[in-house]
Amino acid sequence: MRFIFKTDYNQDVKLAKHGGHVFWYSLLGLFLVAAPWVVPEYWLAQLTFVLIYAVVGLGLMLLAGFTGLFSLGHAAFLGVGAYTQGVLVNAGVPFPLALVCAGLFSAMAGVIVGLPALRVKGIYLGMATLAFGFIVEEGMARWEHVTGGNAGLMVGYPAIGSWTLDSTESFYFLCLVVAVGATLAIVNLLRSSTGRAFVAIRDSEISAQSMGIHLARYKTLSFALSAALAGIGGALYAHKIQFLSPEQFSIIQSIDLLLMVVIGGLGSIHGAFLGAIFLIVMPQLISLGKDFLPAAIAGAAGLQGTVYGMVLIAFVLFEPMGLYGRWLKVRTWFQLFPFYRRGLFKRQKSFQKSDRLK
Amino acid sequence: MQLLQLLISGVAQGCIYGLIALGFVLIYKATETVSFAQGDLMMVGAFSGLAAMTLLGFPFWIAVPAAIVAMGVFGAFLERLVIRPILGQPAFSIVMLTIGVGYVLRGLITMIPDVGTDTHTMPVPYAGEVLRLGGLVIAAEQMVVIGATGILCLGLFAMFKYSKLGIAMQAASQNQLAAYYMGIPVKQINGLVWGLAAAVAAVAGLLLAPITFVHANMGFIGLKAFPAAVVGGFGSLPGAIVGGLVIGIVESFSGFYLPEGFKDIAPYIVVLLMLVLKPNGLFGEQLRKKV
Repeated sequence: MRFIFKTDYNQDVKLAKHGGHVFWYSLLGLFLVAAPWVVPEYWLAQLTFVLIYAVVGLGLMLLAGFTGLFSLGHAAFLGVGAYTQGVLVNAGVPFPLALVCAGLFSAMAGVIVGLPALRVKGIYLGMATLAFGFIVEEGMARWEHVTGGNAGLMVGYPAIGSWTLDSTESFYFLCLVVAVGATLAIVNLLRSSTGRAFVAIRDSEISAQSMGIHLARYKTLSFALSAALAGIGGALYAHKIQFLSPEQFSIIQSIDLLLMVVIGGLGSIHGAFLGAIFLIVMPQLISLGKDFLPAAIAGAAGLQGTVYGMVLIAFVLFEPMGLYGRWLKVRTWFQLFPFYRRGLFKRQKSFQKSDRLK
Repeated sequence: MQLLQLLISGVAQGCIYGLIALGFVLIYKATETVSFAQGDLMMVGAFSGLAAMTLLGFPFWIAVPAAIVAMGVFGAFLERLVIRPILGQPAFSIVMLTIGVGYVLRGLITMIPDVGTDTHTMPVPYAGEVLRLGGLVIAAEQMVVIGATGILCLGLFAMFKYSKLGIAMQAASQNQLAAYYMGIPVKQINGLVWGLAAAVAAVAGLLLAPITFVHANMGFIGLKAFPAAVVGGFGSLPGAIVGGLVIGIVESFSGFYLPEGFKDIAPYIVVLLMLVLKPNGLFGEQLRKKV
């Protein structure tokens, strides 16, 4: 068991709270930097996807996990970012500038969606974002002379002048830099008064409002930041996939993104990364597991959907805090050994509070 | 005349949306949660009707009630198995849970060899018949949809107004704790509401089947029933049907008068406008929460 003695006020603001953090995160950082030389190329590409999805997941985590607003149309922001990037890069705009534009465009879309969010809550907000997602998807399919419509849009390699990032390794490093930057930005944001305001809104809108938090401004800000991260993730996604078509940004993708943050663990930054790992590794595990299943089941088309659904149901029923919550329990078990009690993380049951009375 | 023709096809489509929306509203009123599995329950309902007719060889008039009852039992079973353990959790968890249920149902149907991935035609006795009324051409399928929806609505209305069970459901939906104190078995009522919602979804599936064929992805039509429920006001049963009709008619007219592509997004534009202008919907209740 670790005891942290506070001897300095600056300890409260430090990113790494103790030596364990420093050690393990440095080790992780070393592994990530060394990955191109250690990991086979196929898995490096998967790792790149994990980083891209983690950036998007961080955005959704900020919105759903820390501000308590959930979005069923997040794929739309991803799509706006991806198409902005694709169109700008194909027009010859240097990569960093296009990335910033992708983030800004998505943020603007986020503000537009945030506007109805100021009046509606709960499930109505879900409906508004769902509707927005469908409209954007249809827009991408119909605005053919810009997006290429259903025929798709080819996206080249990211390039600044004559320097092109066309290898798996260099693109991996680009994603790594963006992902680390996004993580640090979110961690910092959550330490600031803005981040605390978000968490206060999540916990109780009424009490946040009475503490002087301007709900409209912070909700819109949360939408904008979340959408901006999704847009940046989308821009990287565009370069990784190199081919964009509207159906990549459908409701299925939105639900996958939600699934990612829920399984990762709502309300934790680790959760975004764990969820992204889950989302990328799960299909691989399923295809590995196919060898052990009877041919009739293994060959069936619906296997992946069934497994996803079952995992999701199992997590909501048994581990609502997601993978990160499970890790916390395991860690506590080791820290307290042999004094861990079964009821330590027991969920409190409450009577249903009516959502309709607002 | 063309206007009337469009109106009728819009109403028929709207009735389907309305029936699925009715399922959402039933569940929302009773348990304050939104079931994303409703569209997939509809799909399973259509498949079970198909199985009863082709596999078991039931005649149409037995297969339909059998499928509806089976889905009702399945809905209640689903509630007992996965929904009841997490009641009292944030609504978001339950939404994710129902999304998971939808995934599993769709996946399992797809996994049935030789059946799940194909498109099937439901052998109904009224298939292909057409009624000509002056210049109007009305397909029998559309008339059956409209008629069946009307009868179902009357039945539900009577149940909620006059039967003990319906009144108990209303009580439980208004205040679970108070209803429990009055001796209403709230948990069983919740189970029955899920059963009812699944049965209504099965009706929608069976009505839709002759129009669009039966396939594993027909549940996605449920995503268009959300706008219907929102337009009508999420907590209102007549609102669900009216919202469904509005969405169906808007869709049918925009498909004809507006450029291509608007047909699919018209319902969502309507719902966004509705949320900005009148968030509680046409029939939504206006209540204030005390701090």
